[in-house]
Amino acid sequence: MSRPEIQAPPEIFYNDEEACKYTSSSRIIDIQAKLSERALELLALPNDGVPRLLLDIGCGSGLSGETLSENGHEWIGLDISESMLSVALEREVEGDLMLGDMGQGIGIRPGVIDGAISISAVQWLCNADKSSHEPRLRLKCLARGARAVFQVYPESLAQRELILGFAMRAGFAGGVVVDYPHSTKMRKEYLVLTCGPPSLSTATPKAKGEDEESCSEDESSGDDENQTVCISDRHRPRKKQRVTKKGKGREWVLKKKQQMRKKGNVVPADTKYTARKRKARF
Amino acid sequence: MRLLTHNMLSSNIKGVTNGFPLLIEAEKVVEKPVDFNPDFLRNIFPKIDWKALVAAARAVGYGELPDTADAAMLESDDFLRHLHHALLQLHLEEGALVCPETGRRFPVNKGIPNMLLHEDEV
Repeated sequence: MSRPEIQAPPEIFYNDEEACKYTSSSRIIDIQAKLSERALELLALPNDGVPRLLLDIGCGSGLSGETLSENGHEWIGLDISESMLSVALEREVEGDLMLGDMGQGIGIRPGVIDGAISISAVQWLCNADKSSHEPRLRLKCLARGARAVFQVYPESLAQRELILGFAMRAGFAGGVVVDYPHSTKMRKEYLVLTCGPPSLSTATPKAKGEDEESCSEDESSGDDENQTVCISDRHRPRKKQRVTKKGKGREWVLKKKQQMRKKGNVVPADTKYTARKRKARF
Repeated sequence: MRLLTHNMLSSNIKGVTNGFPLLIEAEKVVEKPVDFNPDFLRNIFPKIDWKALVAAARAVGYGELPDTADAAMLESDDFLRHLHHALLQLHLEEGALVCPETGRRFPVNKGIPNMLLHEDEV
């Protein structure tokens, strides 16, 4: 199944049928809710119970916006697909919706938005569908110190560099947070940008699934010791160790369990009983 | 589309220097009740362009807002209630938003403004 972005431009790909399918899939609803919660977490809004005004870029049928409403915030959503916005209207989302092209500029005056999220939408900008298109996301509307968090599915390493490069050149500080970098299924990338001068609070937040190691990446392309970023194709380094011992010893089992933990799976703790010799008949 | 959103929107057409505020042509306005939250109002008050809000409220038929406002008025519950009603409870369902400089109309259908620019306006 090829990526949606190369099949058609978003306002055509998300027609009425596709919009309904997208929004009625419980798997997609679940994923979008999780991604939105995580993006909201990464926005690092002050925890004072005051509702904020947020922007949802590429809000679609309002799945991500619902998460924002559930957390008590007001939001304005922008999307290019009329069908998706119709579905959002049917679902009676609480935020205000706008029909617009994020590549044409957000159209909100400077300094009024407390934060922006975008779930699975910004990668559509990387395909220029019209010859006049030079899609750049312009975000002057962010207030000073406000953050923008984009959850993206970059097609390749080059695309990720492209997005990050534009952001840096536009004067944003920030980096990429990669959750569960070792797992192909669970791996998610968030581009976290901050408007205004970098300070302590704008340090890129920690990623999940990395045993306390931070997975943030700046302009320089990732460091080797973290081995988390920059590997975007599916090839994994060859296993140098062969299983030569008879059966699989304790060492091997412990190694496997650690690998699973890194991937983010739930693994029972290692005890003295791990890989203990059992009776032959077991 | 609430007046809160209208207060934030500006015209994005190439070459326009002052695209804010957009003039409202209201054809259908609906009132939807929203929970009253004074914290949100106090937080958003400094960001609102008051003149634009008053003009917008009058365009949709609500004239209760004072011509000028300052932070001290936020203490009064009465003022907060008027602000809450104007900002969050009035919805422009059908009509248009007009760019003050070029006169270009952005139609509003079912509460959604169509801000898509044509090829030559980008």
